[in-house]
Amino acid sequence: MNQRDPLKRVLYIDLSRKSFWIDDRVDLFERWLGGIGVAVQLFKEEAPKNIEPLSPENPVIFSIGPLTSLYPLASKTVALFKSPLTGNLGESHAGGRSAIAIRLAGYGAIIIKGASQLPLYLVIKEGEVEFRDGSALWGISNANTVGRILREAAIGRGIRTIMRIGKAGEKLVSYAAVITETYRHFGRLGLGAVLGSKKVKGIIIYGKHSIPIQDKKKYREIYDRLYRLAVGSDAMKRYHDLGTAINILPLNYIGALPTRNLNSSRFEGAEEICGENIAEKKLARRVACAHCPIACIHIASIREPYPDEPYFYKTTFISYDHELLYSLGSMLGVKKIDDVLRLIDTVEAMGLDAISTGVCLAWATEAYKRGIITINETLVELDWGNIDNYIQVIKYIVEQPNDFYGMLARGTREASKHYGGQEFALNFGGNEMPGYHTGYGAIIGYSIGSRHSHLDCAGYRVDQTIKEPPSPEEFVELLIKEEEWRQILNSLTICLFARSIYNVENIIEALKPLGYNYTEEELKKTGEEIYFEKQKLKLKLGFKPEELKIPSRVFETPTPHGLLKREYIEEALQHYIKLIEYKTLQ
Amino acid sequence: MYVSSHEVKRLAILDAERCVGCQLCMFACSRRFGDGGLAKSAILVRSVGGIERGLTVIVCRACLDPPCARVCPTDALKLRKHGGVFLDQTKCIGCRNCVEACDIGAVFWDYETNKPIICVHCGYCSQFCHYKVLGVEKTI
Repeated sequence: MNQRDPLKRVLYIDLSRKSFWIDDRVDLFERWLGGIGVAVQLFKEEAPKNIEPLSPENPVIFSIGPLTSLYPLASKTVALFKSPLTGNLGESHAGGRSAIAIRLAGYGAIIIKGASQLPLYLVIKEGEVEFRDGSALWGISNANTVGRILREAAIGRGIRTIMRIGKAGEKLVSYAAVITETYRHFGRLGLGAVLGSKKVKGIIIYGKHSIPIQDKKKYREIYDRLYRLAVGSDAMKRYHDLGTAINILPLNYIGALPTRNLNSSRFEGAEEICGENIAEKKLARRVACAHCPIACIHIASIREPYPDEPYFYKTTFISYDHELLYSLGSMLGVKKIDDVLRLIDTVEAMGLDAISTGVCLAWATEAYKRGIITINETLVELDWGNIDNYIQVIKYIVEQPNDFYGMLARGTREASKHYGGQEFALNFGGNEMPGYHTGYGAIIGYSIGSRHSHLDCAGYRVDQTIKEPPSPEEFVELLIKEEEWRQILNSLTICLFARSIYNVENIIEALKPLGYNYTEEELKKTGEEIYFEKQKLKLKLGFKPEELKIPSRVFETPTPHGLLKREYIEEALQHYIKLIEYKTLQ
Repeated sequence: MYVSSHEVKRLAILDAERCVGCQLCMFACSRRFGDGGLAKSAILVRSVGGIERGLTVIVCRACLDPPCARVCPTDALKLRKHGGVFLDQTKCIGCRNCVEACDIGAVFWDYETNKPIICVHCGYCSQFCHYKVLGVEKTI
């Protein structure tokens, strides 16, 4: 790498001592590129033994990669921490301006450790960290309000990131999110609760650095090529036109859209809550992450009248995506666009992960209808599509007025362990299910993926492209291969939507002017190594692959590949365990 | 690739409402000098009080009687034919008067050289504006 690139600088922030320092970690960035590759190594250093997710010892690591801010579509920040939801490694990625801000403040990674006694927010600039009193922000009921206050509190309009937690993070809900630039999130696995446990209400990062380029001519050439590819590609056009919400109708058509806690894989309200219909009736604006021309962020507006006065309205702007329309729409039997958007808005205001929240509500609804839990626990009646009560329940999850909500705030795995209904508690490794019931690839992927997310290895995509599934062993190997390659994308913090543009050849070319000379083989090898480093770390943090449980509901509701067989998936998991044990012992 | 400044063209905001906030224009502006980042950018895209309220694009509008030039104590800002200014780096003493004088906020600051960043209306940024927010127009 270019030795003058500030990427190698790691900012350490100790909240307990209110101190910070900067280390040159060229060793890590040379070897592991950046992003997830470097974050795994930093996490190993910071947490040499097993730690509790909500203890001061849990480090939060933000990292970005060499392409960030130099090329388009590489504007993701990786966050690594121990997850209060799964009790294991937590990894979450967000876009917005976060990655660019970190890069141009002159850092490749930021580590936040310790905990503050009093609420605070951090203002991070080049060579400077301010620990500002956040007492006045603590307890504000709407996370959007916190964003508005922080916007006025610091410099750097347009080129800073403002990360913040909502009340869910303060109240340590295991799936609390971190919101950045209003519409982007470190959504999954509970980073919001980890920051809440450290009493960090917000993080503002600002920077305007130059990044020195080794081969300036070549850099501009490659840049222009990637830019043309990005704005000219069909794949990218899809994300720009309708966004990820484009998936609702086709998934429903093939019978892969989880509906009413996966009692069905088709939703009769799909035509209403699909991307096409929302775009036609509600789409107000499309916006982009910094340094990405695609603009996949779709923002709808809803106008609601106040009941107490005629002609008195409030207009709210709400961003939507496939996963939200699934988890807070089909999964809950919510059929009206405005209703889904209102639920999304509530989740945003509280600062929760939308997928986990929706799946928790879905589990609770089914448990309630089956009489496993009663109104004594839920305090309000639960029924599919009853959104006024769902909004109340979301607030209860945050406030936790009784033991039941205290449990529901820890996710479906913990709640069902306590109350029953594990067979329909749709989580994998403790993380709630994403919106694809496409077949074996999806289920195996959720189970063996490092984050227990559909994004780890995209099994749901494989399901949609193959006619017949291969053998369980082959399927596992195929998915691991994909996850290995994605470690490269996630170390260069390339948006996964741009994976077809950043193929091996283009990545190698893009790295060259920055002083990296990789062959295809070396790059793939590095991906493989990062994958196994991460798997090893998971095992060290207590991950027991042999204890992975698949909720039986998965086998009761048909997929486009028919009803799934438990034996097939068990064979696949056995093979995965064998491979992991073999590799991690090496 | 550049439009020569002698052709007297002006960077124009064709329709700020179309802006998606991707900021590729800002990166392009800095990239003119070969390096990455935003230290040299003479254009800024920011939200108007949160992304939900929309975006605004701040860039020099090539004033015919530019206040930035009027307050320059060393004549480092020279009038450009048909609007706007050029910066003579050798004369600039980094006093920031020009920054204060521009009500649009379109004189940016280069913290690395401690000099203002002045838009030269080359139009390079507009080549990366996929949404036709920016364009180049003739001043005559």
